[in-house]
Amino acid sequence: MAGRIRTHRAASPWLFLLPGLAVTAAFTLYPFLSTVGKAFTDARTLTPGHWTGLANFRAMLEDEQFWVALRNSGLYVLLVVPFTVLLPLLLALLVEKQLPGVTFFRSAFYTPVVASVVVVSLIWVWMLDDRGLVNGILRALDTGPVDFLGDEWLLLLSAMALTVWKGLGYYMVVYLAALGNVPRELHEAAAVDGAGALRRFTSVTVPAVRSTMVLVGALSSVSAFKVFSEVFLMAGPSGGPAGQDTTLVMLVQRTGTGLGGRVGYASAVSLVVFAVTLLLMLLVLRADRKEAP
Amino acid sequence: MTWRTSGWEKALRYLLMLAVLAVTVGPFLWQLSTSLKGTTEDVYTSPPRFLPRHPTLHNYTAVADIIPVWDYALNSLQVALASVLTNLVGASMAGYALARLRFGGRRLAGLVFVTALLVPLESIVIAQFTMMRDLHLNNTLTAVVLPGAVGALNVLLMRNAFANVPYEIEEAAVIDGANVWQRFTRIALPSVRGTLAVVAIFAFMGAWDDFLWPLIVLSDSDRFTLTVGLDFLHGTFAQNPRLVAAGTVIAVAPLIVMFTCLQRYFFRGVGEGAVKG
Repeated sequence: MAGRIRTHRAASPWLFLLPGLAVTAAFTLYPFLSTVGKAFTDARTLTPGHWTGLANFRAMLEDEQFWVALRNSGLYVLLVVPFTVLLPLLLALLVEKQLPGVTFFRSAFYTPVVASVVVVSLIWVWMLDDRGLVNGILRALDTGPVDFLGDEWLLLLSAMALTVWKGLGYYMVVYLAALGNVPRELHEAAAVDGAGALRRFTSVTVPAVRSTMVLVGALSSVSAFKVFSEVFLMAGPSGGPAGQDTTLVMLVQRTGTGLGGRVGYASAVSLVVFAVTLLLMLLVLRADRKEAP
Repeated sequence: MTWRTSGWEKALRYLLMLAVLAVTVGPFLWQLSTSLKGTTEDVYTSPPRFLPRHPTLHNYTAVADIIPVWDYALNSLQVALASVLTNLVGASMAGYALARLRFGGRRLAGLVFVTALLVPLESIVIAQFTMMRDLHLNNTLTAVVLPGAVGALNVLLMRNAFANVPYEIEEAAVIDGANVWQRFTRIALPSVRGTLAVVAIFAFMGAWDDFLWPLIVLSDSDRFTLTVGLDFLHGTFAQNPRLVAAGTVIAVAPLIVMFTCLQRYFFRGVGEGAVKG
């Protein structure tokens, strides 16, 4: 191994690491520590603020918007994650077989992943408009119009559908890589034994890609809890009717920016975002360890 | 092969794939169609009309009269290219040191990047904004690039890539007297070209598509990137879907072209990362 001979000067590794470490320390680790510090002060955009102990956290408990935001971000995880774990797996099974033209379909299904969340949100806003594509089709079928963007719950559900839709292609590719490692013989043996498609799915496919499903669950639950752009663009900066569609990150953005931004309070909410995402990751990884044989 | 696909199954698969195609690509085509419809054409018809009756590029010039959409595109391009460059250089150097060089503190350095991965950007944007203001960098494109200049995930991706290259070739170079920089640039980097392409592509896409951070750090409308500019356009001219449609097509077209040309790397990146966990 390299240790025997002197292959480089003592300072070389640190020079190689310098750009990466400097950026990470200055723009991720320091801001994180500063967020922790500011969460216990009454800092505002233009004033550094004074130590106020747990005042921000107490204010948070009494802030109706905080509870609404926590509820919405939590619901986002509960409703988006199951679909994000399951639908891309089914999609991967659909395009797994090497049929003519299947590469085209795989690439096409990936398109929403490549597009900016801003672009796809604006596309959906236009599609779900009172007089947009979806309601145009509904009217032609003599139903509707459905007020997708006016009702607080339909708005949130529409944004969730958008999130699931945008992630389909990405997680499909993740599953395709995992499915490539499933021995074909398993399927064939199961088919010979007379197992139907559903039975083969639950007893061959799912166990084989279980760890990938856990990975997808972990990734998607963290990103669902941090949701911002979809809801911000579909419901508007103030979070839909009476702010009822505000998510936690929207609350951070709204309270912490601008000239009168309550930096201290926004930092306290940021810590909640951080703590919950960490908790979600630990929960999912622990579930994986418990179930693993 | 005993595993044959029946004609019936094939037909069902194609039918389902066409249905998914309509759902995933359809919305983009609808947006393109809307952007090509002239001011005299009703965009609200029921049933909806997919093909514009008199296709026109009028909306693309009209949207440029309302917001400086080409300047925004240029801002986005600058940010994305800068991010590609800093990520390629920073992540490959750090990844090489972590994978190939033996030194005290290596584990600690690796831990710094892993720790950074656990901090969601959304939870530190306010602190990052305060910091940029203190540095008098707020409202600049530099501030947009800096926080993502060397992504921790990219460093770890590069570390894995270098670790998977057989060490013997480099050993031979050590004996031939090549110094560490020569080994890095002449031997190590060329053998991880695939991963470099993946890092470059995802850095470009990440910077081009980013919204929350530029929204927070940019306040003058002449400094906006495309995503922030589109939000501004949508907020101000929501009543004219043709213009918003033209703006979104401008924002998404470059990425679709890039994806079409380089899709091998897109898939390879996602796949490799997932298999290795």
